[in-house]
Amino acid sequence: MEAIRLDEATARRGSRTVWSGVDLSVGQGEFVAVLGPNGAGKSTLIHVLLGLLPLSAGTATVLTERPGSVNAQIGYLPQRRSFEAGTRIRGVDLVRLGLDGTRWGFPLPAALSPATRAATRRVAEAVELVGAGAYASRPIGALSGGEQQRLLIAQALVRRPRILLLDEPLDSLDLSNQSAVAALVQRICKREGVTVLLVAHDVNPILPYLDRVVYFGGGSGIAGTPREVITGPTLSDLYGVPVEVLETTDGRLVVVGTPEPPAHHHPLHDHGH
Amino acid sequence: MLAHEFMRNAYLAGSFVALACGLVGYFVVLRSQVFAGDALSHVAFTGALAAAAAGIDIRLGVFLATIAVAMGMGLLGGRGRPDDVVIGSVFAWVLGLGALFLSIFTAGSSGEDGTAAVRVLFGSILGLSAADAWLAAAIALVAAVALLAIARPLLFGSVDPDVAGSLGLPLRAVGLGFLALLAVVSAEATQAVGALLLLGLLAAPGGAARLLTDNPWHGLTLSAALALGSMWGGLALSYAVASLPPSFAVIAIASACFALAALRSRLRSDLAENPQIDREGGL
Amino acid sequence: MGIELAGLSWNPLSDLGQLTEFPFMVQALEAGTIVATLAGAIGWFMVLRRQTFAGHPLSVIAFPGAAGATLAGLPLALGYFGACGLGALVLSVAGSGRGGHSGESAVTGTVQAVGLGLGFLFVTLYSGQLSELESLLFGTFLGITASQVQTLLWVAIAALAALAAIGRPLLFASVDDAVAGAAGVPTGALSLAFLLLLGMAVAATAEITGALLVFALLVTPAATAQQITARPAPGLMLSVGLALVVTWVGLGIAYFSPYPVGFWVTSISFGLYVAVRLLRAGLSRRNPEAPGAPA
Repeated sequence: MEAIRLDEATARRGSRTVWSGVDLSVGQGEFVAVLGPNGAGKSTLIHVLLGLLPLSAGTATVLTERPGSVNAQIGYLPQRRSFEAGTRIRGVDLVRLGLDGTRWGFPLPAALSPATRAATRRVAEAVELVGAGAYASRPIGALSGGEQQRLLIAQALVRRPRILLLDEPLDSLDLSNQSAVAALVQRICKREGVTVLLVAHDVNPILPYLDRVVYFGGGSGIAGTPREVITGPTLSDLYGVPVEVLETTDGRLVVVGTPEPPAHHHPLHDHGH
Repeated sequence: MLAHEFMRNAYLAGSFVALACGLVGYFVVLRSQVFAGDALSHVAFTGALAAAAAGIDIRLGVFLATIAVAMGMGLLGGRGRPDDVVIGSVFAWVLGLGALFLSIFTAGSSGEDGTAAVRVLFGSILGLSAADAWLAAAIALVAAVALLAIARPLLFGSVDPDVAGSLGLPLRAVGLGFLALLAVVSAEATQAVGALLLLGLLAAPGGAARLLTDNPWHGLTLSAALALGSMWGGLALSYAVASLPPSFAVIAIASACFALAALRSRLRSDLAENPQIDREGGL
Repeated sequence: MGIELAGLSWNPLSDLGQLTEFPFMVQALEAGTIVATLAGAIGWFMVLRRQTFAGHPLSVIAFPGAAGATLAGLPLALGYFGACGLGALVLSVAGSGRGGHSGESAVTGTVQAVGLGLGFLFVTLYSGQLSELESLLFGTFLGITASQVQTLLWVAIAALAALAAIGRPLLFASVDDAVAGAAGVPTGALSLAFLLLLGMAVAATAEITGALLVFALLVTPAATAQQITARPAPGLMLSVGLALVVTWVGLGIAYFSPYPVGFWVTSISFGLYVAVRLLRAGLSRRNPEAPGAPA
């Protein structure tokens, strides 16, 4: 069964069409990158898959079901979520909330409840998986960006999801952290058999691990293997302007010439353009 | 001390009200909604005096006013908070209205009018009848239980709304429910420590608890315990020292706990060696 | 309030004459005028600097200050100005909460409660009546003595002179802190100085409006003025003008009405603000290109 499928999909936000005519097929256990410049619709794809934004044309299925109906099997890491220095909740608590935070009531102390003990074990496993054991009990606001991201990934993993949707997890990290977290995600993908959709600005930290790429731009999106998609001709076709893809001596790809989409302000009052 | 009926009533009502305040107060501080508590305390005052001026039970006025305004705040809240000037002006006006009702009420009745206003402003926990005390305790208990029932989703929605929302948590409903509980607890606390001081019973135990522990469940328990301790200590103190108003005593103890917690956390962070490791450096 | 209030006639001149018949009323009007001028000027800067959130705890401190002074047998003015001055210093050390941040912290809430509780304790200790509490919290215009007016006048003159001296650099620093600092304006010292002036204005206003309703005279008229114009000189004058109107009309109506001055001042002040906001909203809907449409 396919993990994710889109057919001729079109997504709109308000009066603006973000992308249209997108076809995508992701098999289980694949590592997929979602690329493209700001505003091209990468996060929009995530929202569609979570059922937070309905398609205005075409179809989408997640684990062969309607988007939104299987969110319990999806681990989601929203974009640019960093906690202020003053936030005093511990990493383990945040991970635990990912497991049972939507259940009513309050957790009983471990001594009284086998359910709590089981949950604590699960949380510990997830924390170990991401290698955050050393600092998981500290308040999350006191941790560095890389440490926070690891714990947030643990939170996304704690329900043992079949799909991981990561929206720009590498964005605020420095280079060495980027490659470390990318390698972590790859390990999780292969060892646990989780399908990973990772939104990124720069494909290079994850390029060696990718099975598939979805590239958004010019009002549409194109999917395929990295070697198929990230080429001058393919991207020029997508954007409608000449785009070049250059390869550096150490194997990194640099995309040159993509136009920035027009900036979208929130109008103060509607002039009816 | 407990041989006196008025003290037994005070302890009965006070204990449950403090419990509810401690539980709700923890989340008020967590969610940075202290201003909402402040606003509701103004509204409680005006509602009480409007009821008094209209000749109906003061408690009815308090509950109706606080719940109505809390729901209003909750429903309007999604559109981004109006700025401080608007908030301050509205609630200054609400207080002005309260002054109006106060003067209507004092002009209308005579004799015990003075004490009614003081009771609303600064609490009347030593003047509760047994029936009043049981009713107050029951309502507070229900509020406390309700808070515990939504505690987990409330925590999740407060610290991590994006993921919580994606997992299907009804953020809006939980937020509204919490505001309703805040309203009920504010109304209850008005009887205990008065409209002007109830913010202390919400903010101080919650603030202290958040300084003392990072584990939210320990914090919730600690906040309730601190509130309860402040109430018991404050009542005992005011019994011992006749000229000490009980509401002041309760708030003073709660604030002292907060101050001590702040001191402790200040000292700890000064003593803890914090070599400035490059934040984005190695993991 | 056991004074027999003469009724309003339809002749405004004779009504005005009634107002000024009694010395207490004349003193109240004088005090009100002084306070409104000071509050309008300082309040304008306060709204500009988005420090209105700091004003609330400062005003609450006025209550225990005044009550404590009465208990200790000290002059009331000392209580008001001392407490608010001290509060301003503490605030400047603790961070003045600039930037319009609505997140009133647990600390502010607790300090407010403690301040009000202390005030209540002091009043209880000198066995004050409800009317004492009422006038301290919600304002009064009875019992304002000639010496109080004197003190207010001197404080206001000093404060306004200071404000005039630092006005231009203060404006610069309030609008663009970073650039002003780079240009050599001592922004830190100015902030402190302004907070002290604010403390004085709060204390003076509290004498008329009561500790709880300071906002209505200190902030709301200034905010209304800023809704009308963003230009400094007209804005400042408008702010003072509006504060004066609110005070005179409020005091005037309160004289003839059985209802407290606090109610009238807050209602007139708030009413003006709402009216201007609505007017602006209505005008901008008619003409979306008009400058000054609400943000």
